[in-house]
Amino acid sequence: MKEKLKKFYILIPVLGALLFISILLIIFGTSPIEAFSAILNGAFGSQQKFLNTSAFWVPLLLASTGLLVTFSAGLWNIGIEGQIVMGALAASAVALNVEASKPVMLTLEILAAMGAGGLWAGFTALLKTKGKVNEIFGGLALTNLSIILTNYMISGPWQPPEGGTFRGTAPFASEALFPLLASSKFSPLALILSISALALVGFILSNTYFGLKLKSLGKNHYSAFLLGVSSDKEVFLSMAFCGALAGLGGAVRVLSWFDSLRQSISGGIGYLALLVVMLAAYRVILVPFIAFFFSSILTGSISLQLKTQLHSSLGGILTGVMVLFVILFGDRKKIFKKKMDQNNE
Amino acid sequence: MRVEIKEIKKYFGDVRANDGINFQLESGNIYGILGENGAGKSTLMKILSGYQSQDSGDILLDDKAILFDSPAAGLFAGIGMLYQDPLDFPPFNILENYLLGKSKNINLNFSSAAKQVSALADQYGFEVDIKAEINTLSLGERQQLELVRLLAEGAQLLILDEPTTGISAEQKEQLFTSMRRMAYDEKKIIVLVSHKLDEIQELCDHAFVLRKGKLVGQSEVPCPNERLVEMMFGSLPTRRERHPSVHDEVMLEIKDLKVATYRIQIDGISFTVNKGEVLGLAGLEGSGQGLLLRACAGLEEIDGGEIIVDGEIINDQEYHQRRENDVAFMGSGRLEEGLITGMTLTEHMVLAAEEHDFVINWKQAEVETKSKINTYQVIGQSSSTADQLSGGNQQRFMFSMLRTPLKLILLENPTRGLDVRSTNWIWEQLYERRSDGTAIVFLSADLDEVVDRSDRIAVFSGGKMSRIVNANETNVDELGHLIGGQE
Repeated sequence: MKEKLKKFYILIPVLGALLFISILLIIFGTSPIEAFSAILNGAFGSQQKFLNTSAFWVPLLLASTGLLVTFSAGLWNIGIEGQIVMGALAASAVALNVEASKPVMLTLEILAAMGAGGLWAGFTALLKTKGKVNEIFGGLALTNLSIILTNYMISGPWQPPEGGTFRGTAPFASEALFPLLASSKFSPLALILSISALALVGFILSNTYFGLKLKSLGKNHYSAFLLGVSSDKEVFLSMAFCGALAGLGGAVRVLSWFDSLRQSISGGIGYLALLVVMLAAYRVILVPFIAFFFSSILTGSISLQLKTQLHSSLGGILTGVMVLFVILFGDRKKIFKKKMDQNNE
Repeated sequence: MRVEIKEIKKYFGDVRANDGINFQLESGNIYGILGENGAGKSTLMKILSGYQSQDSGDILLDDKAILFDSPAAGLFAGIGMLYQDPLDFPPFNILENYLLGKSKNINLNFSSAAKQVSALADQYGFEVDIKAEINTLSLGERQQLELVRLLAEGAQLLILDEPTTGISAEQKEQLFTSMRRMAYDEKKIIVLVSHKLDEIQELCDHAFVLRKGKLVGQSEVPCPNERLVEMMFGSLPTRRERHPSVHDEVMLEIKDLKVATYRIQIDGISFTVNKGEVLGLAGLEGSGQGLLLRACAGLEEIDGGEIIVDGEIINDQEYHQRRENDVAFMGSGRLEEGLITGMTLTEHMVLAAEEHDFVINWKQAEVETKSKINTYQVIGQSSSTADQLSGGNQQRFMFSMLRTPLKLILLENPTRGLDVRSTNWIWEQLYERRSDGTAIVFLSADLDEVVDRSDRIAVFSGGKMSRIVNANETNVDELGHLIGGQE
């Protein structure tokens, strides 16, 4: 019985958060049922809406998948936001400067984006291992740098010919964009890539020596070192791996969600991915579902304002409260009084 | 002030750290507390100072029973302890540190504090630069500062735990002068915890000797060293019969090795260990023997000298390279250094293996792990996590992860916490490796183990290594003197 309950532990804080938000809504004189059904409708109300929810989901899934790797190595890759931005920048650079057939374009864009994201995360890793700069601070600094770089490119070298709007570049050529489904923002190709990445990471973490080394580092750095694990190398590799997937997520953002490089191209997907992976308690199988759940709430609430008097930021508030509730009450150690580590197996 | 210790008992699981200790301390005296590793000195002093509480028994202060719930409460009652590592805050300056322990005001009065500190320092002949930051001070200066703080709080009974380790000869003289002054002029009680016989003889009026949690003797000092040594160590065990298997060639050569940490310095030691030889390192814990092992393993940076294994200088090799070159290290903290909480035995075995494929063959790894834990009699499943094993089984499992053959095995407390049968079995396994030419260097807090298991013995005291003695020719008197810091 307990074993079965454990699988659903995550529902407790999620339901708690829904209840809390409902009470808030009632206090402010709005019907929670109306609000939640508007969100549901916004996320799944039509084929178009469902596809857009999925389109939001894909880059989030990529970033979350990458974070599974760094989290299992015990690294806080907060800089993932910047790695997404760098991926978007690199994909845009290819899109704006290369003319070729679609398959060639897409291949180049993807490789450039993964390279740039990996490089950015690699810098963070080197700062940590060579310069003793904690990956949280290094990552945040590099994220800021990537945003400044984006703004510069948009307002400078990549300004559209008709004059800059400071909002984004001119739309890319259609050869540069991901093939989209039914005039939505959803790209089946991107979905295939992200599911493959998730499967690959699942395999690496549970079946390879590399994955085992990461796990050992995450659990006990010094013992792992004594057992022969070279931490500097693994820190670099896991960060670069995560950065590459984040970079790919950035490419998906510019090449399917948008059609050009915009300001705040990531829109906080990196930070959201951190929450997804924490909620999943680092378990691979939970990640796509939680990521999809978040995507539904966030895209669903965009149309909230049209139907109710509520602001679309309710979706953000809802996810935020959920995360807080999970952190506060969702600790399985407290709920089931068992060692976290044992349950992780 | 009179302090009476009555039937103090403190057990940690099966370990009887203090097993009914009685004695009295009178003001105006300097007392020495002597005992080897694990005799119960530290536990008793921690109880006396309020750092931890006894299971049973009483501490009477001027005939009144007292029970402290913290060192601060102890200090309030007039009992202050100077720990081996001073309890100060390195980023602070001296006055901030002084006031942190003393003042509860929001607005700190630095100028009056400065006067107090200077006055006390002058009184005892300490030179304290009031503006200095703690982390620029030497250990000796930090000790003086801590003493000043304890005295300012009104300590009437001062406990000093191994205060002369790591300080200069000059500082030691100063310390001793001030201790005499406190005892004889100011009628305080001074308790010196030390393993150095010379110091006890030089400074103390009376010595208490602890062994295995009991007070085994006391004596007015000065007295013949032999007397103290005999009380401290009792008699040595008879060595078990075995065939030494020492080869002629040298496996490990240490030339003028220098290692320095904040606490302790090894300043130029040299020795060799032959193939198939077992060298045991004895001495009070933290006297430099652990530093030597870690320097050999590549876990501690060396400041000079050479480490040569099987004819090759390995100074520049990092820990991982040395490991690949068949130098193995096993530390005494099992779940801190060696095993990983939350990972299964099979996972450990895969990590520690000599060769790795990119994709792990879990089935094969499990079969190998099962056979290893069978051979090493580990009670546990291949799917158990390391932290689910009992201490003794963790130790056996760590041995099962050692590769074969090895050139050099470096061990810290190899059988701590094991029962007699397991201990014998572990040593049989280690001895079997000698036919490969493996040299073994180990330290043990248990002197009996060092004497029983080694071919030769070196004793560490305050970072200095004694001459190396043959285990089958030495006696308790010789070792006792060496441990006590006398050649």
